[in-house]
Amino acid sequence: MSAKILTGVHYMLGDHACAEGAIAAGCRFFAGYPITPSTEIAEWISLRFPKFGGVFIQMEDELASMAAIIGASCGGLKSMTATSGPGMSLMLENIGLAVMLEVPCVIVNVQRGAPSTGLPTLVGQGDIMQAKWGSHGDYEIVAYAPASCQEMFDLTIQAFNTAEIYRIPVIILTDEAVGHLREKVVIPDESEIEIVNRKKPNVSPEGYLPYLPDEDLVPRMALAGEGYFVHMTGLTHDERGYPNITAEAHERLVRRLLDKIQKNKDKIIKYEEVQTDDAEILLISYGITARSSLKAVQLLRKEGIKAGLFRLITIWPFPYEKIEELSRKVSLIVVPEINSGQVRGEVLKALKSDLSVLGVNKLGGDLITPQEIVEKIKEFLKIRV
Amino acid sequence: MEVQVKKEVKHRLSRWIREERWPHIWCSGCGLGIAMSSMLYAFEELNLDPKEIAIVSGIGCTGRVAGYVKVDSYHTTHGRPIPFAIGLKIAKPEMKVIVFSGDGDIIAIGGNHFIHAARRNFDLICICVNNFNYGMTGGQFGPTTPYKAKTTTTPYGNFEYPFNLPYLAASAGATFVARWTCLHAYHLRQSIKKALQRKGFSFIEIISPCPTGFGRPNKIGEGLDEMKYYKEKSIIKNGIDPKDAELSLMGGNIVVGEFVDINKPSYLEILMENNERIRREEK
Ligand SMILES: Cc1ncc(C[n+]2csc(CCOP(=O)(O)OP(=O)(O)O)c2C)c(N)n1
Ligand code: SF4
Repeated sequence: MSAKILTGVHYMLGDHACAEGAIAAGCRFFAGYPITPSTEIAEWISLRFPKFGGVFIQMEDELASMAAIIGASCGGLKSMTATSGPGMSLMLENIGLAVMLEVPCVIVNVQRGAPSTGLPTLVGQGDIMQAKWGSHGDYEIVAYAPASCQEMFDLTIQAFNTAEIYRIPVIILTDEAVGHLREKVVIPDESEIEIVNRKKPNVSPEGYLPYLPDEDLVPRMALAGEGYFVHMTGLTHDERGYPNITAEAHERLVRRLLDKIQKNKDKIIKYEEVQTDDAEILLISYGITARSSLKAVQLLRKEGIKAGLFRLITIWPFPYEKIEELSRKVSLIVVPEINSGQVRGEVLKALKSDLSVLGVNKLGGDLITPQEIVEKIKEFLKIRV
Repeated sequence: MEVQVKKEVKHRLSRWIREERWPHIWCSGCGLGIAMSSMLYAFEELNLDPKEIAIVSGIGCTGRVAGYVKVDSYHTTHGRPIPFAIGLKIAKPEMKVIVFSGDGDIIAIGGNHFIHAARRNFDLICICVNNFNYGMTGGQFGPTTPYKAKTTTTPYGNFEYPFNLPYLAASAGATFVARWTCLHAYHLRQSIKKALQRKGFSFIEIISPCPTGFGRPNKIGEGLDEMKYYKEKSIIKNGIDPKDAELSLMGGNIVVGEFVDINKPSYLEILMENNERIRREEK
């Protein structure tokens, strides 16, 4: 295998496509700890990285992995880790640190059945809320939910770019089924891949304030060793980066951390709409389940039921406004997901009406089939008739 | 009348300190000032460029060192400065990356990272200030608290066996291991200088008074009394097997010195070599 990115058409495992996407995005540091079903990402990286001068390190646990990628990013390397539920739980404290220090990095969570060790080899989509609320305190996060191997590649690149633009940890919230799916992946020429890098200071070290934001609310980032003598602390800090634990400093800092995502959310939020124009029933879905939902839309349409799909590509920030807008045109919203209704709750939050939101949920480590979605909808409609 | 203008006299170490952050938060009589300045004197005497150095700390009184030193400095999460520093050092191999933190931070919550960094012979300088308790949270016991010592969570006396840190570090694979008290300022500085000039995992334990959390409840007295007590109890035994590096506050000795200084390829040396070989074979 060459030291170039694998431009061309491939038949590829989702996890490998994610790893290859990271390489294409310029990731040169990976720290991780093996856990099913994410391990193939680490394996692929360990095979490919030495050829790029990248460093793969298998740490002693996920706490270390997360801390290490923040450290490496402070030194200027684009950095990533990959894990699944139990490992994600261990990373949360340091994900908060990355938020507070404003250090770009990417965390892949290939979700499996949970809680606890749960169903190691089986699919789940139960970490939706954890991704947003898992670390302590108020913060905003960006999380992508790829639904195909192609998206595992594309959205990984996107995740790195978003991390660099906003100086945030970005989560790729995929699932076992997508991670272990094998399908066509088209990798473009290196020159066609858009890569974004963090903004560097535009003043001398004497005039530099490490946490003074630009207009986009994102401060410019000096790396270790450049002579800026940055101080970064997880404590509430001022523009110099020095601890300042007054209410005012806290309000100013945390508000900006929230705003830099919230105020840019139109640029960040991504979704896909299929036949929503004339839809009376709107399916909202993501990840592997969105593929069943798409098939369900087709089956319903065949029977003359006007269904459409709204596929979440970013789970966070959540597209509340867009969903509210779509909800005004439909008579029913259906949310299929492999958990007990985590995104359904967000949809309910988005609505201004008392429109029914039907959850199609499954616990048990299996996919939700298109037929199951169709049946559940028909059953619901019959009850309503 | 002649007016005498007083010239501002700068401290010899002032270029290493974020003076705008003074006064520091440490209690009077605390050993942390000496521990920190020993490191700064080592920088100064080696005439290091501040750009070459990064300090990573965890959480605790000792962890505040990162915020006071004018180099790239990172005050991370409790227990995680070592893995953070590992990432940083891999990104910036040309820098001297120093982990400076407390015994609770490095050995209790971060103990796993400590032994694995030592096992890898990872290129770090790890300075651990051992004050026999958790100072910042109000003096609870930890894995270095001596048997029978009183702390806020061992009100009847500690009944756990403490770690011997040099022995732990050496057995895990550290290639440079030393222990000094704060009052061995000269020796301490020499050891830090040595660590700054070598590759691999260097571990330096500094026995330091914490009059607030440890000295008072154990009736050792004020900071200076505690310092003197440690100094009086200590005997220098360079080069001994670290398993014999006794540390007892129960009438025994505090053995200090440089115990281990061996040569073994470091993590980064092996990593670079491997990567080069893989790329060579590729061609
Ligand atoms: C995850 C986590 N657990 C607990 C704490 C609370 N905490 C702060 S400092 C500290 C102990 C510090 O002790 P040590 O490392 O010995 O440093 P010292 O204050 O004695 O210098 C603890 C338990 C924390 N900040 N984070
Ligand atoms: S509590 Fe102890 S370690 Fe902390 S500053 Fe005071 S004396 Fe020093």
